[in-house]
Amino acid sequence: MDQFIKEKIKEVKKGDQAAFGDVVSFYQSKIYQHCFRMLGNAHEAEDMAQEAFIRAYVNIHSFDDRRKFSTWLYRIATNLTIDRIRKRKPDYFLDAEIKGAEGLNMYSQLASEERLPGEEVEGLELQRYIHHEISQLPPKYRSIIMLRYLEEFSLQEISEILDIPLGTVKTRIHRGREALRKRLRHV
Amino acid sequence: MDCNRESIELMHKYLDGDLTKPEECGLRTHLETCADCQHHFHELKRTITLIKSAEHFSAPEDFTQKVMKNLPTEKKRVTYKRWFKVHPILTAAALFFILMMGGIFSSWSQDTQLVVSKQDELIIEGDTVIVPEGVTVPGDVLVKNGNLIINGTIDGNVTLVNGELIEENPLEGENLMASAGGVNGEFESVDRVFEWMWYKVKDIFKSVFSF
Ligand SMILES: [Zn+2]
Repeated sequence: MDQFIKEKIKEVKKGDQAAFGDVVSFYQSKIYQHCFRMLGNAHEAEDMAQEAFIRAYVNIHSFDDRRKFSTWLYRIATNLTIDRIRKRKPDYFLDAEIKGAEGLNMYSQLASEERLPGEEVEGLELQRYIHHEISQLPPKYRSIIMLRYLEEFSLQEISEILDIPLGTVKTRIHRGREALRKRLRHV
Repeated sequence: MDCNRESIELMHKYLDGDLTKPEECGLRTHLETCADCQHHFHELKRTITLIKSAEHFSAPEDFTQKVMKNLPTEKKRVTYKRWFKVHPILTAAALFFILMMGGIFSSWSQDTQLVVSKQDELIIEGDTVIVPEGVTVPGDVLVKNGNLIINGTIDGNVTLVNGELIEENPLEGENLMASAGGVNGEFESVDRVFEWMWYKVKDIFKSVFSF
């Protein structure tokens, strides 16, 4: 799959826009989901994910082919969501909390039921609860937990995506795990 | 071992794959005798399993289309390329037909002198202009009636008129369309014969098939 993306990026760099469509199709759900988990709002998530792909396209010549494309793409998307969170007005934040019911729309378009071999984990109810508990972490911990365990990046790659030292990534992932351990121990 | 700090620290190092052999032995020995730590360790591992099972979300159906619709417009030369790819026989036939008509190159060949923008970094060999490796050429580069090899970097736009960009390792013989990897600005290749032919091809087929 890496090779497929590499080829496509080469074509995009030559100016073939259609090849970028294949890149978007391949990453759309990953990036959308990442934005949704960061922002907790379907509308904002779509806006930011759209913007991330457009920025990737416009800046494609600054992408170094020797590196991993997904790392670069997640970096763009993560920066956009963090900017968005920073710009939120306090009242908007409140609004987002109350409108929780809107999220139900979101749930109806559930992704393919990829069930992990976790023996005790079953049912949408529980999956949703876990998503909610992760979303309660402060963004700087949440982003790392998500990138590590839901997007399966290495700690080194996470340090590149977030542009923070590896040591900081480690400290934060420790704290994130401890926080979630307390939140999920009764599950 | 201090349960509240040292051993929990080791557990996290274990989860990140950072434990040395002796540290791992130390942790294992401690876990065998300390029920609290054993419990803590079990909870941490279970937390990770739980995190991985969080609900999944997929992008809206029209997501890709929306992105594609909002991209800046594509460069012209690629549209030509795609047209040629889709209609290779038609293209070959048309080109042959046009060449047979002759006279195309007569007016064309009058203006063939090599013209290059003035930059000391550029090397000229015959009708080929070379950007040497490890060299950065400042400003925009213009090459007219000659070929261009970019081994170094051009810190500006490149305009190539009636010439080809030559890659040291040509890919699929696509020299004309090759990417200008070392160009920090826009790359534009203007081939007047090419554009003219294209125009002529469309014209002829329009009159033949009236489409
Ligand atoms: Zn202990």
